[in-house]
Amino acid sequence: MENSILNVEHLNAYFGETRVLSDILLKIPEHQIIALMGPSGCGKTTFLRCINRLHELTPGARTEGKIYLVDEDIYKLNLIVLRRKIGMVFQRPNPFPTMSIFENVISGYTLNGIHLSKSQKEEIVEDSLRKASLWKEVQDNLHKKGTFLSGGQQQRLCIARSLSMKPDIILFDEPTSSLDPISSNKIEELLLDLKREYTIIIVTHNLQQAARTSDYTAFFYLGELIEYNKTQILFSNPAKRQTEDYISGRFG
Amino acid sequence: MDKYIKLRFYKDRFFKTLIILFTVLSTVPLLLILFYIIKQGISTINWDFLINLPKPVGEKGGGIINGLIGTGIIVLIGSLIAIPFGALVGLYLSEYSRNKLTYWVGLSVDVLQGIPSIVLGIIIYLWVVKPTGHFSALSGSIALAIMMLPPIIKSTEETLKLIPGTIKEASLALGVPYYKTILRIILPMGFSGILSGSILSISRVAGETAPLLFTAFGNPFINTNILKPMSSLPLLIFNYAGSAYEEWHNLAWGASFVLIMMILFLNIVTKILERRWKIQY
Repeated sequence: MENSILNVEHLNAYFGETRVLSDILLKIPEHQIIALMGPSGCGKTTFLRCINRLHELTPGARTEGKIYLVDEDIYKLNLIVLRRKIGMVFQRPNPFPTMSIFENVISGYTLNGIHLSKSQKEEIVEDSLRKASLWKEVQDNLHKKGTFLSGGQQQRLCIARSLSMKPDIILFDEPTSSLDPISSNKIEELLLDLKREYTIIIVTHNLQQAARTSDYTAFFYLGELIEYNKTQILFSNPAKRQTEDYISGRFG
Repeated sequence: MDKYIKLRFYKDRFFKTLIILFTVLSTVPLLLILFYIIKQGISTINWDFLINLPKPVGEKGGGIINGLIGTGIIVLIGSLIAIPFGALVGLYLSEYSRNKLTYWVGLSVDVLQGIPSIVLGIIIYLWVVKPTGHFSALSGSIALAIMMLPPIIKSTEETLKLIPGTIKEASLALGVPYYKTILRIILPMGFSGILSGSILSISRVAGETAPLLFTAFGNPFINTNILKPMSSLPLLIFNYAGSAYEEWHNLAWGASFVLIMMILFLNIVTKILERRWKIQY
């Protein structure tokens, strides 16, 4: 396996007394797309939210175990630093409705009180929108509200917003589940472009999406990591019975 | 069979007519009140009426300038106290909706809303007027501020609760601290709701008389010192309408007209702002 950027060691996650993730052990390689799949309630989204520590926001939620970003313990890192290094794109597009497209893209800087010159801002915005392949569609409307865009465009705006912070890893929580097929395709193509510069972890309900886009796939079931392997191997020759049942559509 | 269906049709018709009838009926009192006050008040209204002090009995003319200025100042100070206070409480209630404190505070706010305004007037008399030794506009403002709190808190809470949680998470996921997320993302999104709640509560207390009787007390002259007794439109109306003189009755009608127009205006402004600043998400 390539250089790993994220090391998860014996991670347990709880909501109150309920354990939703047990003893997750996995290494995530750099510049790859890792798909997390499994039936609803299997803990894949919780796992994703542990990585940037959004999980702890829920009252009563806590975690045990360690996650290392390269060699730094994420629970010892400053939250602001951690979340700048690990970006996130959500299930439903959620641009800030009070802000224009431009302000949305640069919001990670303005809201964190990082001062940039006008030209620096313009550079970051253009660069991020280009990487999110949204630039051509919005370059003449940068100062319109982001919420006027279509769902797929809004989602790419949210991707640009994450990219602007120059993260190492981007987490995608079912980013295409609220989009139409054409918009979904665009996002998938985008993911393939992005992996040259970023490590991508994507939660998906869609088996084809996992098979098409990802390099590695992790299969979660009932809070446990059942199987984790190269996508090609996992789909063509799964080692575990549950994985085989799931990908052949026998449950889930 | 046919007959049965026809009967159902008529029942349906009857039911629909009934709801429409009652809906229209509910606006009748308002229209009658407006009509009557306009009829009685409009003849009194002119520029002199708005810029002059009341005249002694027997003299013609006289105006309500002391009440206008007084109402403006008392309501303004009350709003300055109540709006930031209420918005912060509403913010807490919406942010920590499953908290015990939230439950009890929410309950208290509901009860506070039901406390008769005259009781608030007496309480503020005991707490503020008596210890300071004199009636004052400030004590009136405090009484009104307490009355304004529940609607402001409730409208803030309701507005902020509607904001999807993922927007807050989007901000936190960018590494933005919680307080900045609230101040720069959540509150601006709720701004129009908080504002319209505030304006509505202003229009509600602008006409309050009871809490001012023992606090602001009234003043036949123009006063801008908030530590001294001050007049207000509803106090003017109360005093003049209760007198035995025809001219003073006219003053009261004119003042009622002005007050109602102010309240109508505030309500219309609220509706416009709500529509104009509505945020789409």
